[in-house]
Amino acid sequence: MRERTLRVDYLARVEGEGALHLRLRKGEAVEARLEIFEPPRLFEGFLRGRACTEVPDLTARICGICPASYQMSSTQALEAALGLEVEPAVRDLRRLLHLGEWIESHALHVYLLHAPDFLGFDDAIRLARQAPDPVRRGLRLKKLGNAVMRSVGGREIHPLNPCVGGFYRAPEREDLVALLPELEWALEAARETVRWVAGFTFPELERPYEFVALRHPQEYPVNEGRVVSSEGLDIPVAEYEEHFEEEQVPHSTALRSRLRERGAYLVGPLARLNLNADRLSPPAREALEEAGVEVPIRNPFRSIVARSVELVEAVAGVMVLIERYRPPERPRLPVPEALPEAVVGHGCTEAPRGILYHRYRVGADGLVEEARIVPPTAQNQASIEEDLRSLAPALAGMDRAEATWLCEQAIRNYDPCMSCSAHFLTLTLEEG
Amino acid sequence: MSDPRNGKRPRPKLAVWKLASCDGCQLSLLDCEDELLAVAGAVEIASFPEVSRAEIAGPYDVSLVEGSITTPHDLERIQEVRRQSRVLVAIGACATAGGIQALRNFADVQGLVGAVYGRPEYIRTLERSTPVSDHVPVDYELRGCPISKAQLLELVTALLAGRAPDLPTSSLCQECKQMGVVCVMVAHGTPCLGPVTQAGCGALCPALGRGCFGCFGPMEAPNPDSLAARWRELGLTPEAVERGFHTFNAWAEPFRDVARREDGR
Ligand code: SF4
Ligand code: SF4
Repeated sequence: MRERTLRVDYLARVEGEGALHLRLRKGEAVEARLEIFEPPRLFEGFLRGRACTEVPDLTARICGICPASYQMSSTQALEAALGLEVEPAVRDLRRLLHLGEWIESHALHVYLLHAPDFLGFDDAIRLARQAPDPVRRGLRLKKLGNAVMRSVGGREIHPLNPCVGGFYRAPEREDLVALLPELEWALEAARETVRWVAGFTFPELERPYEFVALRHPQEYPVNEGRVVSSEGLDIPVAEYEEHFEEEQVPHSTALRSRLRERGAYLVGPLARLNLNADRLSPPAREALEEAGVEVPIRNPFRSIVARSVELVEAVAGVMVLIERYRPPERPRLPVPEALPEAVVGHGCTEAPRGILYHRYRVGADGLVEEARIVPPTAQNQASIEEDLRSLAPALAGMDRAEATWLCEQAIRNYDPCMSCSAHFLTLTLEEG
Repeated sequence: MSDPRNGKRPRPKLAVWKLASCDGCQLSLLDCEDELLAVAGAVEIASFPEVSRAEIAGPYDVSLVEGSITTPHDLERIQEVRRQSRVLVAIGACATAGGIQALRNFADVQGLVGAVYGRPEYIRTLERSTPVSDHVPVDYELRGCPISKAQLLELVTALLAGRAPDLPTSSLCQECKQMGVVCVMVAHGTPCLGPVTQAGCGALCPALGRGCFGCFGPMEAPNPDSLAARWRELGLTPEAVERGFHTFNAWAEPFRDVARREDGR
């Protein structure tokens, strides 16, 4: 019996360290493993005993690509625990910061990490030698995302301004308004991005995913909402753990999540768009229609299209928020140092790669007693492996180099972040 | 670096490596959007897995190393990187001080692993998270969590030009005063690590009205004990003082045992 093993020892163009192991027999995958060997950093362990006010600075360091998402999920979980309610202008600022991160992260992934796959280049630098314009466009979009993050967060990597209770200092309106001319350019550049990627050739693969994302009554989901799925799940964030569980497998330092009732599921731009297309702003909806893409999109290789539509959504959203921005009266609510009793809070926001869930238990002394963090890549891990299995028949007819490339590309569909996923793992049990 | 056969200078080979880290310092390089393509033209990016599938074998002229040593595997890798690199630069708090993951160094690691993983036996990790310089000679260090883009560009330019990079060793206070920011500790009694932290960020935190929490690590010859005493006068408990020093550079020598020393007085 002929067996073929495909191994990629170090996955490139993903954040963090992972490997791929695939064993094929007669056009079927007998084993498909995404191995995350990112060294564990044990965050949930050492968050214990820290004051609530220190948490956002610490959780930011889980990931340099999406630090604001970690800050947003943790501040909101802690505020829920402490019973703090920020004013709407603070809420807007958070959304602004978060959308800046989407722009930065999505531009990075679309242009520098994923597009080279579709065009047959090893990286964006080699792509830039042949086609400098798109790469420059991507870098300029990314730079704008960073500028938004810096204006609101004080720094693009590991922002300093967000805190439990709001922000240390509200940005000046004129500093934000100064970004508008570049945003005008970016709106067109983001629409151009959708046109560009929609014209790529996509490998064939469709699977009956269960998509999971936040859903908000009016907005495209970013910072808040209920957790919903394409199979009818619809729960408040606080019930997350009743429906999702994590398991630990020997080949990975990341825990994998499953829906208790149904197993693997998918989070991220594809899930968000499929579940929330009716909440897109007009420019993003137009871009989607213009590209001739219909939702739901079930081909994971088309996630780059969803990500690009979200670039339009994020740029348009930032413009609306800046136009209506008035500095909040109380940018920062005081955080109680002691509490009558221990409290628990849950938070979930949409990181660029999908929902990011946090739960904290805070003791009466105001120190964290227990932290739990479930990052998007850990949630997608099972889905990634199932995609690889489903590719087996296609791989059978390919030579090794071609097959390897396709598998890598399939993994990059998820924009996986190993740094995130390995940093979080929490109490999990695999039977046996 | 010139090639003896034709006298032409080949482009120096640059490699970027990752150990235990958040990818933020590598991202700082990609965040130099305006200069990125110029840098990519001036050097040959020989290995940079976060950005490219292509890999060119060593030796490398310059290696940038992000992250700290936390696993037996990385302990071996760093030796190999050193062997393959003419100049080795440790970038960021992880690589220069063990990073935030060095908080484990003050705790029982097996206990921490047990708290995080249901099956701790699957996890291979070292008792301590340590900086690169604990294991191999390092030519330059860039501080920060994350590093500053300006300093990174200065370093790369200096190396390309064959001169020593110009990097500060003075305290954040100096930078803060230059920016004309009101001192948060004097004016508002906010605990700030500025007096003992190395300059480099542009005093971002005091400018926002919050105290520095030390992402650039200890300056040259700091006096953390006297700062800790001042914090106690401001009303902080010994535990709060310890937590203040124990973040991204907790394992940097001057910050390690501040609270304990302060307590012993
Ligand atoms: S020093 Fe900070 S920014 Fe750099 S890799 Fe470590 S945690 Fe990330
Ligand atoms: S002021 Fe301190 S904590 Fe803030 S960015 Fe600078 S070095 Fe980091």
